[in-house]
Amino acid sequence: MSQPLTRVYTFYRNGFRAMTVGKTLWKIILIKLIIMFAVLKLFFFPNYLKTNFQTDEQRADHVLEQLSRPVVQNN
Amino acid sequence: MVDVDLSLVNWSRAQFALTAMYHWIFVPLTLGLSVLCAMFESIYVRTGDEKWKSLTKFWMTLFGINFAIGVATGIILEFQFGTNWSNYSWMVGDIFGAPLAVEGIFAFFLEATFFAVMFFGWNRVSKGFHLFSTWMVAVGSNLSALWILVANAWMQNPVGMAFNPETARFEMENFWAVLFSPVAMSKFTHATSSGFLLGSLFVVTISSWYLIKGRHVEMAKKSIIVASVFGLLASAYVGFTGDEAAFEDAQKQPMKLAAFEGLYKGEEGAGLVAAGIINSSKKPGDSQKPFLFEVKIPGLLSLLANRTLGSFVPGIDDLVYGNSEQKVMGVAEKMKLGQLAVADLAAFKQARQEKNEGAASEALTRFTANKEFLGYGYLDTPEEAVPPVSTLFYSFHIMVILGSLFPVLFLAFLFYTVKGKITETRWLLPLGVLSYFLGLVAQQTGWIVAEVGRQPWAIQGLLPVKMATTNLAVGHVQATFFMFLGLFTLLLIAEIKIMLKQISIGPEGL
Repeated sequence: MSQPLTRVYTFYRNGFRAMTVGKTLWKIILIKLIIMFAVLKLFFFPNYLKTNFQTDEQRADHVLEQLSRPVVQNN
Repeated sequence: MVDVDLSLVNWSRAQFALTAMYHWIFVPLTLGLSVLCAMFESIYVRTGDEKWKSLTKFWMTLFGINFAIGVATGIILEFQFGTNWSNYSWMVGDIFGAPLAVEGIFAFFLEATFFAVMFFGWNRVSKGFHLFSTWMVAVGSNLSALWILVANAWMQNPVGMAFNPETARFEMENFWAVLFSPVAMSKFTHATSSGFLLGSLFVVTISSWYLIKGRHVEMAKKSIIVASVFGLLASAYVGFTGDEAAFEDAQKQPMKLAAFEGLYKGEEGAGLVAAGIINSSKKPGDSQKPFLFEVKIPGLLSLLANRTLGSFVPGIDDLVYGNSEQKVMGVAEKMKLGQLAVADLAAFKQARQEKNEGAASEALTRFTANKEFLGYGYLDTPEEAVPPVSTLFYSFHIMVILGSLFPVLFLAFLFYTVKGKITETRWLLPLGVLSYFLGLVAQQTGWIVAEVGRQPWAIQGLLPVKMATTNLAVGHVQATFFMFLGLFTLLLIAEIKIMLKQISIGPEGL
């Protein structure tokens, strides 16, 4: 590694090592991101149009169909 | 026929509101506290006094806790766009997808670089570069709020774009009109300045608690002086931008203004309600009184809405049923034009499918003539265009009353601290402890005014929320609503516990 990159690496490494409350915060951030992306996004929040339609043309047709028909409300 | 399940729409709205409201607990504190940290550090660098360094590091730690707990909570809103609001997401995706992604990448690199220097760089980089990094974090944090607020402003006032009926998408016509629309500017400045105000209240709250306990007294007094001066300036700016926001509402979303003022019958020289109790059984068009009790300041609403004392401010009834004398087009009339636009959109789609270019061109011409009323074509009744009046009235007035109280509070704290009597002013300190929580109430009620006030629209006048949703099973949305409630509550508990522990340790533990 060239010297500037080594210095940057050392800077971050020492910074992370010296953290106190930061270590707890990083754990929270990682757990949160895992829950959000590996659980919520994957199993509960699929992109509806990407999942159910193959092409942008089909997606446009679907939305246009929704927009161009009269509405029936169910309370 | 499009089958719209209103309970699905309402649960989707509730889920979005829950996520946005939790997100907005963390965001404004990040915006305000980042600037205050930079101010504290600037004083340290200027004076060389180590006490200011210790003070800066303390507030920076609390800023870091809030940032870490709040970071990425906004991404959940993007998940919801793709799942619960797929029609809306498709229609605006071309416009907002790229800038929001760029903003995310920009924020990531800014944070990875300058956050690291801010937290790891004490005694490792020069004082000047450290201070520069802290200011860059403050500027970057505030700038990263820009695009999401521009996107929100566009939904309230859709300018600079055109709807393409071929692709069912809005396409950018004028980038600068979108970015610099008066609504976008007032939203950005009002939201960020209210964050500055909240950050100042946070510092006052913690410092007041220290003063009550007799701990870290010198640090608390120094913090209060800076936070009070900054809070006073921020309060003035919030007032100015709030006035601008109300003026923009009057011009672009008059129904919102009429609803949050409980104004049913339009008036010339309309008065602003200073305090009142709404008659909750009042409906548009009936003869009941709108208030059980009210105190009005004559002429002030006209001044606020049109910058002229005697000018006409349309009420809910004028906007729903029309007022030909004042040239106000009613919702019923707009609905007819909207229904024509929906029918012409259907005719255009069918003609394209049949490859009948002549018929498609004619349908498109007819659609273009009425396209600005498209959203009204999906309403069932003219009264559907009225947002919930009681919710708006109370939210708006709570926000304004609290917003008027904060500068008085800052002034009192500044006066007694400079006089050296703050520790003896026992009546003021509990108010100081309470002040951050009142600030949170003002923040949340402000967003209720902005978002509930634009109902029933996802995009003002063009797309009602009921047409923006995905046709999902309502049980799915209910399940994820409670999942979010659980997740966010855990995060909030974590924030409070870690924050309280750090506050209890105080600056000496750093």
